Amino acid sequence: MRTRLTCLFVLLCLASTCMLGASGALQAPGRIEAGNPFSIATSGSGKAVLYIVGPQQVLKREIQLGDNVSFDRGDLHNAGLYLIVLAGSGVNETAQLQVVAHHQPAELSFLAKPSRAPVDQRDGISGVVYVFDTFQNLILQPMPVEFRISEASGGTETRNESTHNGVVWVRMNSAPKSGAAQFLATAGAVTEKRVIQQIPGDPCHLRMTAKSSGQQIVLETEPLRDCSGNAVPDGTIVTFTESYNGKQSTVDVPLKRDVAKTELPAHEGAVISVATGVVMGNEIRWGGK
Amino acid sequence: MTARLLAISIIAVTILLVAVGTIWPVPSARAMAAYSPRFLRPSSSPQAAVQNVIEQIGRHDLHAAYESLANKNEFTEPEFSRDIRGTYFSLRSYPTLDSFDIRPLHAGPEEASIRAIMHWATVVGIFDDVRDLRVTRSAGKWEVVWPLVKEPRVPPQVIPVNYLRWDVIYRGPEDDWGTSDVESPHVRIVDMHPIDRGGGVVLLGELLNEDVVPAYVTVKASLLAPNGFALATEDAFDKISHILLPKQVTPFRIDFRNIRLSQVDSVRIQPASSLIAASADPVIEIQDQSLLSLPDPSLKGQLVNQSGQVVNIAHVLGTLYDNKGQVVWVSDSYVNRAVLPETPVPFRIPIPADLSAKVSNFRVVTSTYSSSRFQ
Repeated sequence: MRTRLTCLFVLLCLASTCMLGASGALQAPGRIEAGNPFSIATSGSGKAVLYIVGPQQVLKREIQLGDNVSFDRGDLHNAGLYLIVLAGSGVNETAQLQVVAHHQPAELSFLAKPSRAPVDQRDGISGVVYVFDTFQNLILQPMPVEFRISEASGGTETRNESTHNGVVWVRMNSAPKSGAAQFLATAGAVTEKRVIQQIPGDPCHLRMTAKSSGQQIVLETEPLRDCSGNAVPDGTIVTFTESYNGKQSTVDVPLKRDVAKTELPAHEGAVISVATGVVMGNEIRWGGK
Repeated sequence: MTARLLAISIIAVTILLVAVGTIWPVPSARAMAAYSPRFLRPSSSPQAAVQNVIEQIGRHDLHAAYESLANKNEFTEPEFSRDIRGTYFSLRSYPTLDSFDIRPLHAGPEEASIRAIMHWATVVGIFDDVRDLRVTRSAGKWEVVWPLVKEPRVPPQVIPVNYLRWDVIYRGPEDDWGTSDVESPHVRIVDMHPIDRGGGVVLLGELLNEDVVPAYVTVKASLLAPNGFALATEDAFDKISHILLPKQVTPFRIDFRNIRLSQVDSVRIQPASSLIAASADPVIEIQDQSLLSLPDPSLKGQLVNQSGQVVNIAHVLGTLYDNKGQVVWVSDSYVNRAVLPETPVPFRIPIPADLSAKVSNFRVVTSTYSSSRFQ
């Protein structure tokens, strides 16, 4: 019972102090932007101490009551709810100060996924942007953000969205052509860039030709394309296999400039096959020419 | 009193064991120890002559070994050294003679033939160097005629290569938290099954890099009991080709010892891949692959380096399939000599004798190490 009464008394004191603060010796702005200069007016006479207590930051000033207390640009830079306390010379007042993020975006955190996307895929690329001010405060007020994908072939796709509670996300289509695309997010004067590699599918047709070169057979594939006509990336491994007289020779050749080329020993009646990954190509029976 | 007696006994036994080890050392200790030539036995028999030469080689005393040969006038000491250690950096450069076997093939009053098998220990395991040695008698002393293997020399030339490699820009320390690294390559297990073998469980399978970038891959697996408890966890270690170029397939084998397949309810397999900077060269052709049947079942062939870069160490992995196309075994071996451009180097992958009859098809892949870079 005694504890409950004590709590009630403290609450009443706080409430009365706050009410006094609103109309008494302490006059503070209710809301400012992070980093902006501001001042707090006081009334009365004598010395006092002014505390401003907030997230990750505490300011303390010894003041003369009746003066205006000024704070410079950048003195309060973390967004959040602050408590102002004026104490001393028979004064004990509090007030609240809301510090909001600066309205100008200064930094974007841009998450773009995936870093490699298959070509021509609907909603295949996602981007998420968090908008921050100079002091790394998340700007909670709605903010227009432009997303733009610039393809290697020159085509662009643009989407304009607005942030909600400091974040905006978008899904965009990958281009029908392969290559590195630049994925840009712009808010105000700030732009962030990510690179999305748009990759072709498996080869649609894998076909090789063979010709004689002395004791060797020169094997070369036709340029490898996926079913949309995109060149399969260089470096893709193509395996040539030659079977003859119960033996076989194989070689893993990387694609260079869209074709894979190698030489294998010429054996009369040898059967030569080609494959890449799980895609099989044509077979050649070597007749010696 | 008892303590003093015990101390005296220990000292006496130690002195006795040291004396026994010095007077009658085991062959591997003899090969390892740098003892002086006075410990070599007199070459009064073909076997003793061969043992002396091999022990000198094992001690890396190539000068003494060369001096004791019967045919040293046929080649120089540097040529003999290149035969033993190789010209280019390879597994032969820094091995230790683990042990050796001597098998007489033929014996006569003036001449004998002996097969010497030297088991060299390297960082990737043991490799055998087999030499059929002729031993001749001269002035009452037996001397070895060394069959010199001359490493082929590649003539000076320029081999044009359209060099292809991938470089990766990773996330930097100054990047904000939204800047994520380029994602890992997508790899897929295209085949996997466990078998009960040799008192343990062996997981066999194949892994495909289905991405367009090179991948460094590992495969880890756990055997799970019916209650979900992990009985054991192992990885493929070197029974896999760790660097996979786009659309390349590697076999893998994971050995679990002392576990029966009947204990296993399921397998949790975790292929992992990470993006690496890699090169598409050198290209290695694997020529004349063929299966050898009993009594020494193996898969043999030759590696031919189609690029201009010297390959110092080549790892050869063989995937063996049955007539239904299922993997029945994965085996591997290392080539102990450097693979020079356009110069065939033989390899041989052992096959378990009991599986050799099941094998109807095979696939061989290599991964290479060059002193300047991987792949």
